[in-house]
Amino acid sequence: MLASGINILFEGQNMARLMSGLAVTIKIALIAVVLSLIFGVIFGIIMTSKNLIVKAVCRFYLEAIRIIPILVWLFLFYFGLTRAMGIHLEGEFISIVVFTMWGTAEMGDIVRGAVTSMPKHQTESGLSLGLTKMQIYRYILVPQTVRRVLPGAINLATRMVKTTSLVVIIGVVEVLKVGQQIIEGGILNTPAAPLWVYGFIFFLYFILCYPISIVAKRLEAKWQS
Amino acid sequence: MKKFSRILVVLAVLSMAMGLMTGCGNKKSEKSDNQSSVEQIKKNGKIKVGVFSDKPPFGYVDKNGKNQGYDVVLAHRLAKDLLGDENKVEFVLVEAASRVEFLQSNKVDVILANFTVTDERKEVVDYALPYMKVSLGVVSPNGKVITDVKQLKGKKLIVNKGTTAETYFTQKYPDIELLKYDQNTEAFNALKDGRGAALAHDNTLVYAWARENKGFTTGIKSLGEHDFIAPAVKKGNDDLKSWIDDEITKLTKEGFFEKDYKKTLLPVYGKTVEADTVIMNEKELKEYK
Repeated sequence: MLASGINILFEGQNMARLMSGLAVTIKIALIAVVLSLIFGVIFGIIMTSKNLIVKAVCRFYLEAIRIIPILVWLFLFYFGLTRAMGIHLEGEFISIVVFTMWGTAEMGDIVRGAVTSMPKHQTESGLSLGLTKMQIYRYILVPQTVRRVLPGAINLATRMVKTTSLVVIIGVVEVLKVGQQIIEGGILNTPAAPLWVYGFIFFLYFILCYPISIVAKRLEAKWQS
Repeated sequence: MKKFSRILVVLAVLSMAMGLMTGCGNKKSEKSDNQSSVEQIKKNGKIKVGVFSDKPPFGYVDKNGKNQGYDVVLAHRLAKDLLGDENKVEFVLVEAASRVEFLQSNKVDVILANFTVTDERKEVVDYALPYMKVSLGVVSPNGKVITDVKQLKGKKLIVNKGTTAETYFTQKYPDIELLKYDQNTEAFNALKDGRGAALAHDNTLVYAWARENKGFTTGIKSLGEHDFIAPAVKKGNDDLKSWIDDEITKLTKEGFFEKDYKKTLLPVYGKTVEADTVIMNEKELKEYK
């Protein structure tokens, strides 16, 4: 009875549908994570600025992203943009934009934390050697902060992968929604479907997130030696 | 001081959000650019219909990835009568929580997503004439079938929290003891375990469940006031609304919904249910007006 539920994964186009849903998840997560890492480092360095206005603007951005839930951002960009300005953008594109905004803010804060935790003498030594500010960042601060940033960044990346399930609210059908469609479609004749479909999706998320952890562990081990 | 700056940030964000909202409000009053008028849809060559993707038998995606269900059949017919081809319809998959937004931002022309007519919703969207009605049904185990509400006195009735069933029985029959659950599955399992004498829920759902679970019968098929399910268009889109009104009247006369019922709902509800407990007849449609 329970085992019969597994067939639902292979009925019709179900497996292909799950895979294309997974492709959507990966596409949104991957692009957003990569962009967040790049912009996050830049944003983080800007945040360490001593200029009050720059500081205030950064702070405002960070708090705005943190206080307002991702779901609301998705709504604001997908529906709000259209209503306010008549611009129609694809849900997938909006998802990538919103996730990148979120990732950049969080990543920036992680980078800022790491940079300011660097002992002052590191910068001062660089200055005394006659290095420019850019050079200090390029050769002294960034290489060291990357190591401190890593655990937080990995945590953020896996969180972003899992949070992609929210994008269904703006009509983007990702892997979890496909799963729900399959479950609901078979609810009357395959009562065991939820177990198998969710089990399979759990497995998919796992193979998505686990490699990230492995790479992180390897890097940490490498840098420690 | 730090707390103060945090409050300032919150206020700033809020005012920004408000600005955005009021911006939307202003835009809405310009009715001249109706992007979903009948003429515009004809120009586009397709009608954008918001449907559910996981609510069988009304709107769902089948195992081959195709949209199916009672609402979907109606959508195809609207496309056929408006544009001459039943495939000139673009399905936009919506969630219950974002149905209104999809309409208001012109991302769909019409919503056919099992959208129940309520007074609150009438404030934000315009409903055309209904194409379905729902009321409460009561299901109970064979052998002890409840066919009248009076039989429930002194017995326990299972309902879901926050549903019309809960409100109805709390107001009309306060002397019936209610067992309340959050999830549909919990409630139905409680009935199976014999924790209550019967279970009350939307009659459509109750039919479907009783058919798949042998040993249970829907003794009371229609109880309380009817709720209506109707196509919704953007507020102020009278052009499309009146076209759909005429269409629904025509289709009801023609018996289209009976065919739709037989095709999509009958296999789920079974023969024990008469179609007219769910679909509208001409008289009811007139009275609704």
